[in-house]
Amino acid sequence: MAKRRIAYYLMTIPALLLFFAFHTFPALQGIFYSFTNWDGFSDGYSFVGLKNFINVFKDENVYNAYFFTFKYAIAATILINVISLLIALGLNAKIKAKNFFRSVYFLPNVLGVLIVGYIFNYLFSNAFTIWGEKLGSGFLSQNILGNPDWAWVGIVIVGVWQGIAYNTILYLAGLQTIPADLYEASSLDGASKWREFWSITFPMLAPFFTINMVLAMKGGLMIFDQIVALTGGGPGRSTQSIAHLIYTGGFTGGEFAYQSANAVIYFIVIVAISLFQIKVLQRREMDL
Amino acid sequence: MRKNTNWPATALIALGSILILFPLYMTVGIALKNPEEMAQSIFSLPTGLHFENFSNAIKATDFFHALQNSAVITIVSVGCILLTNSLVSYAIARNMNRRFFKLLYLYFVSAMFIPFQIIMLPVVKVTTALSMNNIPGLILLYIVYGLPFNVFVYVGYIRSIPLELEEAATVDGTSTWGTFWKIIFPLLGPISATIIILSSLSTWNDFLLPLILLADPSQYTLPLVQYVFQGQFSTDFNLAFASYLLALLPMIIVYLSAQKWIISGITQGAIK
Repeated sequence: MAKRRIAYYLMTIPALLLFFAFHTFPALQGIFYSFTNWDGFSDGYSFVGLKNFINVFKDENVYNAYFFTFKYAIAATILINVISLLIALGLNAKIKAKNFFRSVYFLPNVLGVLIVGYIFNYLFSNAFTIWGEKLGSGFLSQNILGNPDWAWVGIVIVGVWQGIAYNTILYLAGLQTIPADLYEASSLDGASKWREFWSITFPMLAPFFTINMVLAMKGGLMIFDQIVALTGGGPGRSTQSIAHLIYTGGFTGGEFAYQSANAVIYFIVIVAISLFQIKVLQRREMDL
Repeated sequence: MRKNTNWPATALIALGSILILFPLYMTVGIALKNPEEMAQSIFSLPTGLHFENFSNAIKATDFFHALQNSAVITIVSVGCILLTNSLVSYAIARNMNRRFFKLLYLYFVSAMFIPFQIIMLPVVKVTTALSMNNIPGLILLYIVYGLPFNVFVYVGYIRSIPLELEEAATVDGTSTWGTFWKIIFPLLGPISATIIILSSLSTWNDFLLPLILLADPSQYTLPLVQYVFQGQFSTDFNLAFASYLLALLPMIIVYLSAQKWIISGITQGAIK
């Protein structure tokens, strides 16, 4: 029996040590450095207390990054969920070539985000502008990514194009768990399609709605690859996300300690939002 | 009661799928054109089929080298994830009544909430100090970082496997290791398939970790190579798109040949 117990410990302790060394330890180090003034490459550093945190709260670039990231995450989450639910409803209806269309809609999920970003970068600058010119619209004939006020919309378009794939598949799986006799009963009662959706489909999908909202929001808040491929954070800093700010400031800007403080705050924000979302959405699930 | 085909829904779904396919059509088209054809129209079907774009892109980016790096990293990482993460999960799942294992489970699973950005800066310092800023180091990190999600999924699955199967083996005198490899591991097939698909996709397409970790350009992965060559591509779109298409192609081929498997695997992973 003792031998069995030893075996179980041998199976887990290496994983525990490695995980601590390469995940928890760096996280603690990040928190540690956030109280210093280390630039990332010098030999020495000194403790500065909460100075980094205070400066983060005063930093216009940080506010700007949070504003963009939340704007992006909220817009993308809503659009992804609405559109993928519509597509899932369509794919679940009696349509021709169902499997073919399902494969098409899921395809973007397997493609690398960075490369998709580069492809769209070209389409925005060289293809969509041609359509804009044909329509005679001055606004549409310019590259949307070059416009500080509208570049974020371009990033949302790319995020949604790729993001709907995953959520569509989940909603489709959810739709298939709804028993058919529920619909038969409602059609006998003479309920309209609209009524049927809100009274049967939507409530039955609630758990899938929760997971899709949480995943899409989390993905949106972590956005990085699209920014690198589409705008590099520009024009100016109009599309710089939090992750991108931490990356550029921390690695190339000599702001290791300062961006560590930014990352600590970012971590708290992400955890708070995830817990909040799960709580609120689960309560809704129960009410339904 | 079989209803007839819903034509309006079919039409709308078909229209929507054009929006999905359009960027891919453009990618293939531009990758096959030359600058003169591009000047006429970037939207039209290619007429000349300029496959030299591909051979140029292969030469310029040393495509096969990057492909090999990506393949080695993905295959070794996913293989090791499969063998090690399932073993860890087995030990946890069978000892949930013990405090150590229960806490270990919570420790791994709660790490899912920690955004990578908080460890991004220090982990480069740690790996550089250990001379791990190379492919083996990257593989080790993928295996370790897979633990939170995979332990969560595997433990749930293993706990649904009845204990009687193992008890019979124990009576026969099989060791704990033997029980795992001979009895449990083969039973994990369906959930391991899900783990293989999800880990392969995320490892293959990952950009950030190779970007911050890999010091030697000869070890760069496919996405990283596109990033590095972006500056050189800016003048030659046909070369750039041939290179993008080459980089996307392996995953597209895998997807087309195993899509049913991939879609159901991913659905399983999310519902868990």
